[in-house]
Formats: sequence, structure tokens, C-alpha cells
Amino acid sequence: MTKPSPSGRDAGQAAAPAFVLDRRQAVPALIGRHEDFLIVAGLAGTSKDIAALTHDGPHIYSMAGAMGGACMIGLGLALARRDKRVLVVTGDGELLMNLGSLATIAVLDPPNLSIVVVDNGHYGETGYQKSHTSLGVDLERIAAGAGIKRTCTIDTQAGIAEGTRLIREGNGTAFVRLCVSTTEPPQFKRDLSPAACRTRFRAGTGTGTGIGTGAGGTA
Amino acid sequence: MRAEAETATLRWQDQVYDLLRQHNVTQFAYVPDAGHRILIDRSLADPNVHSVALTTEEEGVALLAGADLGGARGVLMLQSSGVGNCINMLSLIKGGGFPFLALVSMRGDFGEGNPWQFPMGQATVPVLEAMGVICLRADSPQDAQATVNAALTMAFQAGNAVAVLFTQKLLGAKRF
Repeated sequence: MTKPSPSGRDAGQAAAPAFVLDRRQAVPALIGRHEDFLIVAGLAGTSKDIAALTHDGPHIYSMAGAMGGACMIGLGLALARRDKRVLVVTGDGELLMNLGSLATIAVLDPPNLSIVVVDNGHYGETGYQKSHTSLGVDLERIAAGAGIKRTCTIDTQAGIAEGTRLIREGNGTAFVRLCVSTTEPPQFKRDLSPAACRTRFRAGTGTGTGIGTGAGGTA
Repeated sequence: MRAEAETATLRWQDQVYDLLRQHNVTQFAYVPDAGHRILIDRSLADPNVHSVALTTEEEGVALLAGADLGGARGVLMLQSSGVGNCINMLSLIKGGGFPFLALVSMRGDFGEGNPWQFPMGQATVPVLEAMGVICLRADSPQDAQATVNAALTMAFQAGNAVAVLFTQKLLGAKRF
């Protein structure tokens, strides 16, 4: 006997995107010139994607813990640095842990913030268990429902250009759901120290190395 | 007597807000709370700051780390029950060496009538200290301004994580 499907699943499946893109190709193609952004990278897979893309550059703050925090770090940074575009790149599992942050961000709608969720429908780091997004949960619709006005889902090579445009447009916060297969992220040995990454980021992005001071210290 | 008490309350909260602004705090993050009403309303009315309403307190912990990466200063205003919602996110503050300032309105303590508030109210200090946050208590209006002033120095000059606890001696216990 099979377990009953939750109600509404059939309609969701009819429009379900394909998880076929290879993240090692799709993430760099979507972001383009990474130096144009200050980047916050969520856990595991996306941290490796971004570390490999930027060679663990000073303009990225990548995480290996504090799951659920990536989007809000991006919001605080975007509010502080209105002179820069801020890009959050995170995974479906990391975002699912703090969906409320999408509501908080939508209310403020900072024009210099974009969020990319690299959605492979699985918890890759812990053995590829299915996440909710494999089971009908649509993160783009949740983002849109929270009130983020510029959203899209990309699941084909041809669709990537639209996402690239959206994350650079600047008319309001943008949200891109990039559906990818369960291939491994690139292997890149990045600095795992949250304190070293903080110092590196502040020194390398014009904020300064002092405590609680910097170029972006005004609202 | 009641009017006098209300005036005194307004005065110390306004002083605390002015102090935060003098120290260039520009991101005010909060979950709505009666104990922080005046601070929240002042931040909403201030065109020079970002007033950030959160759905859960841990969002504010991450927000303040992001603010620091961008060179800005922030404060998290929360109730003691919300401290429990922050625990793992404080890994970011402790591990990253981020300055951190929280103002906590206490429940489940002096004169509390709601039994639901006691477990987290009594655990607030041990939880914060376990995650590396220094706790300073403010019991009177005179105490509040001096304690926030001390906390601002400890957080933004010395780079520490600091919570100021506005106790129920200061705020009064909600009636049930």
C-alpha cells in the first residue's frame, strides 16, 4: 500500500520544474561577473559553488553553520551598503529553515538585494535525503507570496539569461529559484573560519578592519 | 502616581533611543513587544534608520552580522522568550567575532503572573552566557541609560556580544 499524497500534490506536479541543470555550469552562468556583487553564500553546496567561482575571494562571506541565516545576513549587508549589489546564494534546505526571512525582506524590499536559491531538492551534505522541494514545495511561490515582486524559476539552459537580468536589475529585491540536478558541487578548499572570513570581507570590501565602524556606517 | 510613572518610563526609553543614535546605531531589529514599544516607535519614526520587523528573533542575529560586514551598527530588541529562538544563530556571532548588542525585555521573572513565561525567562541568562553573550541587568530607569551606555562601549569598541536585560522591576509585570 502506498502512502496517500498530501492534497494539492497533483496540481503541483503538473507544473513541476525539471531538476536537470548541472550546478557547476549553471551557477557561474547565472551570476556572470561575480566581482559586481558582495556575496553571502549559505551552507555546504552553495558555499563550495561560490568559493570555487570566486577563488574564495574577499567579497564573499560563506557559511558552514548558523543554518537559516544567509538571507538575513544579506539583508543587513544590503541595508548597510546601498552603494553595492548584494547577492545571497543559498540552498533549498538552508532557505527552508527560515522561510520567515523572505517575509521580512519583502516588507523592506531593498533594491540592491538579490537571492538565488540553488534548489536540488535534496540535503546534499547529509546524504542526499529529499527536501520538501522534491515533495511539492515551491520556493518561488513562497517568495512571491511573501511579497517579493521580482521572482522566477529557471530549469533550462535557455532560461538562465532571464535570471541573470533579474539579479542585476535593481528595481527591488529579486528572487531566483535555480533548479539543478543532484550532482556534486565543485570541490574547493575554502577558509572555514567565520572570524577570518569576517576580517577578510571587511578589509577587502572597503568597510575597514575596525569594530563597528566603516564606510557604510550610515543608514 | 500612575501618570508620573508613565512619564518616567517615557523618559528613560527616549534617553536610551537617543543614546543608540548618538552611537550611530542605524539598524533596529525587533519582534513587536510591549516592553520595547517606545524604542520601536522611535525607530519607525526616524528617517535616518532602518526599522526591521522580524518574524522570529534569530533573523535579527543574522541581520546584525550582515550589518557589521557592511560597516553599520545594529541592535536587536526582543523579549526573553525570543532569546530561546536565537541560540544556534548566536554561533555566527561567537564564531565570527561579530559585535552584538541586544536589549531584552524580561518576562518570567520578578512578579510574573503567566506560568508559560517562566521556563524561558529563567533560562535567559544561562542560555545567553552559554553562547558567549555578556548579560547586564537594568533594574531602574537610572540604571537603564548607564547600562546601555556601558553595553555600547563593550560591543562596538571592544567587539563583544552584550545583552542588556530590562528587568520586570524596571518594566513592571504584566497583569493577568
